[in-house]
Amino acid sequence: MPLLEARPTPSPQMRLLAPLIAIGLTLAVGSLLFLSLGKSPVEAFGVFFIQPLSSGNGWSELMVKAGPLILIAQGLAVGFRARIYNIGAEGQLIMGALAGGGVAIAFDGVDAWWVLPLMVLAGALGGAVWGAIPALLRTRFNAQETLTTLMLAYVATFTLSYMVNGPWRDPEGMNFPQSILFGDPALFAPWFEGMRVNASLLIAAFASAAFWFFTSRSFLAYQLTVGGLAPAAARYAGFSADRTVWLSLVLSGLTAGLAGVGEVAGPVGQLNLNISPGYGFAAIIVAYLGRLNAIGIVLAGLLMALLYLGGEAAQVALQLPAAITGLFQGMLLFFLLGADVFVDYRLKPRPKPAYA
Amino acid sequence: MSTPPPPFSGPPDGLPRLELTGITKRYPSVVANDGIHLKVAPGEIHAVLGENGAGKSTLMKIIYGAVQADAGQIQWNGREVVIANPSEARRLGIGMVFQHFSLFETLTVVENIALALDEPFDLKGLAARVSEVSQRYGLPLDPQRLVYSLSVGERQRVEIVRCLLQAPQLLILDEPTSVLTPQAVQKLFETLRRLSSEGVSILYISHKLHEIQSLCHSATVMRGGKVTGTATPSRETPASLARMMIGRELPVCAVPAFTGEATPVLSVRGLSHIPDDPFGTALKDIALEVRRGEILGIAGISGNGQAELLAALSGETTGPAGTVSLAGTPVGHLDAGRRRAQGLAFVPEERLGRGAVPPMSLADNATLSAHGQGLVKRGLLRPKAAWAFAKTCIERFDVRCGGPGAAARSLSGGNLQKFIVGREIMQQPIAMVVAQPTWGVDVGAAAFLRQTLIDLSRSGVAILVISEELEELFEICDRIAVLAEGRLSEAVPKQQTNAEKIGLQMSGLFADAHATDREPAHAAA
Repeated sequence: MPLLEARPTPSPQMRLLAPLIAIGLTLAVGSLLFLSLGKSPVEAFGVFFIQPLSSGNGWSELMVKAGPLILIAQGLAVGFRARIYNIGAEGQLIMGALAGGGVAIAFDGVDAWWVLPLMVLAGALGGAVWGAIPALLRTRFNAQETLTTLMLAYVATFTLSYMVNGPWRDPEGMNFPQSILFGDPALFAPWFEGMRVNASLLIAAFASAAFWFFTSRSFLAYQLTVGGLAPAAARYAGFSADRTVWLSLVLSGLTAGLAGVGEVAGPVGQLNLNISPGYGFAAIIVAYLGRLNAIGIVLAGLLMALLYLGGEAAQVALQLPAAITGLFQGMLLFFLLGADVFVDYRLKPRPKPAYA
Repeated sequence: MSTPPPPFSGPPDGLPRLELTGITKRYPSVVANDGIHLKVAPGEIHAVLGENGAGKSTLMKIIYGAVQADAGQIQWNGREVVIANPSEARRLGIGMVFQHFSLFETLTVVENIALALDEPFDLKGLAARVSEVSQRYGLPLDPQRLVYSLSVGERQRVEIVRCLLQAPQLLILDEPTSVLTPQAVQKLFETLRRLSSEGVSILYISHKLHEIQSLCHSATVMRGGKVTGTATPSRETPASLARMMIGRELPVCAVPAFTGEATPVLSVRGLSHIPDDPFGTALKDIALEVRRGEILGIAGISGNGQAELLAALSGETTGPAGTVSLAGTPVGHLDAGRRRAQGLAFVPEERLGRGAVPPMSLADNATLSAHGQGLVKRGLLRPKAAWAFAKTCIERFDVRCGGPGAAARSLSGGNLQKFIVGREIMQQPIAMVVAQPTWGVDVGAAAFLRQTLIDLSRSGVAILVISEELEELFEICDRIAVLAEGRLSEAVPKQQTNAEKIGLQMSGLFADAHATDREPAHAAA
């Protein structure tokens, strides 16, 4: 017997409040977790959420982490609105990083202004191509993009591993699986001395503005949304389903590829196996936490970045395992999905025996 | 059609088979049943009459145990009972034939029946019983046929035979004739009368007044979840029953003559189509022509190629260019959006999810098909223009709603249909295709919609209407064709045909040329 029944009119306020409720529940369960580990929740949350923001460098790191998350999530949200589930942004990020990094390696030693723009372009292209493959598979063979994007993420990971273990391995890197360190022409220059925040943040900021305009004003985004909400209505209106698939996957691949370049031409500075701490997957949570809305995604991206930083701080200050970051991300997504269910549904009252 | 019902000879002072007292069922947004009283004697054929949404189906589900009432009592043969679920209902002797069948298409008749019976699995013995019961009640049925090869009428027989195998004392039929030809309806009535004479009580749910007058001994009329009256149908007139059902007189449409030049606008030639869906219906060499100023009706029972023909007309499926033309231009290869740009409007059968996006506002839903009316400029939405368009549509077509910002799904079926029809008309089409224009729409809105279509056609638009409701087609159409088994008969002026002839054609018997390749009559027939 189903325990839930649909609400006649889901409240729009509650839909916007759901992320806040999810954050609240995550903090509450997090407190229990810290208590059971014998840590004071107050101290732990201080380490998690306050300490990382108590220095200029902390804010810089926040931006460094929020940039790629926001950038990827903006692209993903377009597809998610159309119910095209690209869950392999991590792979598109890696392919973007590989393409951009390849340019950096090829033009190593060339001191010209165009190296970095060329890398950005190559990275965008690399991600877009990696997103186009599932689009082709979906439109030609009706292969579910949920599966193909995820599988291609693994292909990308192994391609990266092959490249940094083989052709692009730094000859002087003592056999570490990593490429040469990129020269200055192939790097975004840091804005502040000793901090890692750099101009790649502008790409995320510009993308957020562009996606806000695109989703709120363009007819194309309207068509994507209709395709997601009511596929039969999209067909009835004559909107192309294939175009929706292509646009969603190529666009989200492109933003993920840009984020990949931003990493290798920024904080990482080379190709190695740790260019992304799972940004491509975490961005899925960011997109939903931000209600697939461009402004919401900016806020959600900042929160998720703080979770990354807090997780690192917790490892150092509280001797907690690295899994703590993933745990908090997971709880956040779990409670958000749970809260969303209760926006649309409510518990059914137990059936009372009406007549005996 | 109007054989008078046999005089009812049930025991006048005996125990009622079923008696409901004060049955109430509340849903979050509506009270579906509000203190319902109902009494059915053994062998009585009792009509439950009411419009869509009157609460008939909910009441039947309560009797069948599929839904639990919030309050009220059920007495069964004089004993108070709680019917917790359908299997308990079946044990008491209550059978129900649903409006929408629940059969597995890839299984045989007898396998389907075996699945629904609460008894040990014995296909051989069951097949024999199926044959026996189907013979006795004049419901020819071959137990070994696969269900997908059965017509809708035959599928209904499967459901009825399934109920009869359990020797029910009460049989509930929910709108059983909505999928049947007039001839099949007469067959069904014979069966029901025989059951009645054997003492089986029948609850017959319908909104078709003439059927109730010819079949039922008594009637309970419902409106808005309440009982508004009880009647002996043979002593009433359709008008008096309608008054009880809708609370006022049945509205009548005015059909003026068209005085302009009747040039062809929408024409279809040699349209054949094999559907992707293995259980879809292939279209076979369809030809039709709709002229300015007329309404062409296509009668037939859903599942005979209606969905496929509509999609081929609207452009949701495309084919060779020459198969469909609009004002002489071939458009068969164009998608729905391009055909609309050439002046073809389309009102689909499914309003929510196809004709409109349920959670979007009416203003946003205006943009869905009317984006060519200045609602989009250089790739950008113009929300103000969409709002104004929706507002005009709401006012012009009497859409009762919370304004252009109201979500499509918050509207009643009739009001949403008015909005969709209005939206299409405001794009000033030269031809319009409408599917089931008044399906699930209350009588007042239905009359408004029919008059709107007639007026639109008389302004020079070519209109094609596909409907299961024969009366509706005879009321609004100028010519009527029949779609059966994927073939379309020649359209005939409605004065030259009648329900009987159309009914024969619906069974697929309209042309000798086609008779040879029809499926052979099945064994038990």
